[in-house]
Amino acid sequence: MSAVLFFIAAIGAIAGAFGVVMLRNPFYNVLALVCHLIALAALFLLLRAEFVAAAQVIVYAGAVMVLYVFVVAYIGGSDEPLHSPGGALKVLGPLFGLALAIELCIACLGTALAGINTKGAGYVFGFGSPEHIGKLFLTTYLFPFEAASLLLLVAAIGAVVLARRRRGLGPDEESDPRFHPPRPVWTGTMAETAGLRHGGGTAGPDAVPERQTEPIGAHAAGREGGPEGGW
Amino acid sequence: MDIGWYLVVSAIIFCIGAVGVLVRPNPLVILLCLELMLNAANLALVAFSRMWGSESGQIFALIVMVVAACEVTVGLGLIVAIYRRRMPINVDDLNELHG
Repeated sequence: MSAVLFFIAAIGAIAGAFGVVMLRNPFYNVLALVCHLIALAALFLLLRAEFVAAAQVIVYAGAVMVLYVFVVAYIGGSDEPLHSPGGALKVLGPLFGLALAIELCIACLGTALAGINTKGAGYVFGFGSPEHIGKLFLTTYLFPFEAASLLLLVAAIGAVVLARRRRGLGPDEESDPRFHPPRPVWTGTMAETAGLRHGGGTAGPDAVPERQTEPIGAHAAGREGGPEGGW
Repeated sequence: MDIGWYLVVSAIIFCIGAVGVLVRPNPLVILLCLELMLNAANLALVAFSRMWGSESGQIFALIVMVVAACEVTVGLGLIVAIYRRRMPINVDDLNELHG
């Protein structure tokens, strides 16, 4: 039974991986990766890693893939030709991958490690459960846990800084018809993105001197952001 | 199933991801292929954790998932910033650091 489940999950995972590489449309790539992740979660369950499997499905296949889908929808998933003028890498890449796969399989199957060809250590009750994982995270591996939280914070701040709308992007930005050339000073803010205030070009001309003479404390009270833009 | 089979599956997935990184020109798909490689490493870690009967490998796999999520966040932010500047979403064209 476990062998049948293993082969079904393994074939699903490998087919999903092939789908990520082969399919043209980025949207289908993301969906193939979701299938791959779910099959991989089944493999984790076969390896008695319950918590990792649950985290894989919820965090990866749920949250991270939604982020991908949003970005694909924002950019516009356009079909691309697979054989763009890339050069020798398009031919040598699969050859390199095939050579690496053969080498790794030889290394895995021909190894002298005694534990590889067994079913693993004996199963103790509660192995891989959230209780054990949490106990390890808060005792032995406390430092990696805290470092991971710090890393998440840095990544969140970095994403906001990278993806926010800036002022003064350059001439090609202003030549786009969706952006109006005379922008007031406070445009390009997160408040504008969230719909709290209309965009710069559509702001009435009577609003300009009023905002500029407004004291700073009124901005903070009105929750409209500073006059300099930014967040 | 023996642990070796899981390692073989992990190796195959890793190689598919590596080929995708080399071949595809779209940075979005390259990020997806990086996810494939990280997941292959995760599978190997969990398999070794099962082999030894110790949960440390699973802890490592969870940390790898956190790092992958951070990498995705920053990478997608970069792609959105590239798109906003009306530059081509193609790594063959984005070959210089000069903004």
